[in-house]
Amino acid sequence: MAAQIRVYRQKIASTTSTRKIFKAMELIATSRIGKARSRVSAALPYANAITRAVSAVSSQTEVDHPLTTERSEVRRAAVLVLTSDRGLAGSYSASALKQAEGLFEVLRADGKEIQAYVVGRKGQQYFDFRRRDYERVWTGGTDAPEFETAREIGEALLSTFLTDFEEGGVDEIHVVYTKFRSMVVQEPAVMRLLPLEVVEEQVQQPGDLLPLYEYEPAPEEVLDALLPRYIESRIFAAMLQSAASELAARQRAMKSAGDNATELIKQYTRLRNTARQAEITQELSEIVAGADALSAS
Amino acid sequence: MASNGELEVEIVAADHFVWSGAARSVSARTSNGDIGILPGHTPILAVLEAGELAVVPVSGERIVVGVDGGFFSVDSNRVVIVADNAQVGGSVPSEAP
Repeated sequence: MAAQIRVYRQKIASTTSTRKIFKAMELIATSRIGKARSRVSAALPYANAITRAVSAVSSQTEVDHPLTTERSEVRRAAVLVLTSDRGLAGSYSASALKQAEGLFEVLRADGKEIQAYVVGRKGQQYFDFRRRDYERVWTGGTDAPEFETAREIGEALLSTFLTDFEEGGVDEIHVVYTKFRSMVVQEPAVMRLLPLEVVEEQVQQPGDLLPLYEYEPAPEEVLDALLPRYIESRIFAAMLQSAASELAARQRAMKSAGDNATELIKQYTRLRNTARQAEITQELSEIVAGADALSAS
Repeated sequence: MASNGELEVEIVAADHFVWSGAARSVSARTSNGDIGILPGHTPILAVLEAGELAVVPVSGERIVVGVDGGFFSVDSNRVVIVADNAQVGGSVPSEAP
């Protein structure tokens, strides 16, 4: 009997201390979301300016750039999967990976080989555990991405894109990331990075005609300089969105974990009280029964 | 918007906004050489070289910005400078190519 009370007491104590961890993680995630969201919007002017410039060049000139030209035959595709470094973020990494699996399936059905590029330790673990190959992995800082990392990824992807198929290059590149819709809704999404489709819905303003630019040096060279930057900026934007989503997912997961812990503590407290009351009742009835037995004799 | 009087300048870096405001002129270094932009310039899209670019605002001191590559566009007195890495104050970024 007393043993049972002790067990409940231990459970209450351990749940209380894990609840403290959940609460702390929730607070940390909440405080970081604001910053992550403002970084998403801080990167917007650059993305807008670069998108405008790229669409101006590609719509006004007849330049056939390798990055914008569709390959006649797509035999191998690269997929960049953005996941988180750490868990405790609910289904954040799992749903990004599920989206990636879906994309793999579609690509394989089209007879394309797949080359995976992974960002985040969770994604790496997923691939390692299943003994799947991936080309490269970047870990660290998924909840606060640096532009330098985006540039590195951009360079790596660009160089395999510009390599011939026979030498291990790819013909198209997709990115799986998590769109930050709001604090409660984050959805995994796929975008095709290369060959480029230069349309961005949020940038196009109605009645905003692009002027006829002069180019310095030639349009080809301007495009050469612009496109890698455009790719980097899109990768960076995807990383920032994913980071904000990761934090939002973590905050929500920790909130419900904390709520569940509170609920558990309540249940254990009830059980402990019942056990204590039962012990008292039993002791009393033993005493009464003993007294009865003594007076009867 | 002033039709001929002044330029509307906006400088953005990859992950943050750097500076914006009205200016009298902008001078920058492109791969073909230095270029000066005054109000009423024809639309142009040019590649920036690493180095410094200078903005003369309508009021106040001349602003020098160190950049390490990027591009800029001019159209109807609106100048958008997109730099990979921009620093107001003029120090040329550490990693010059």
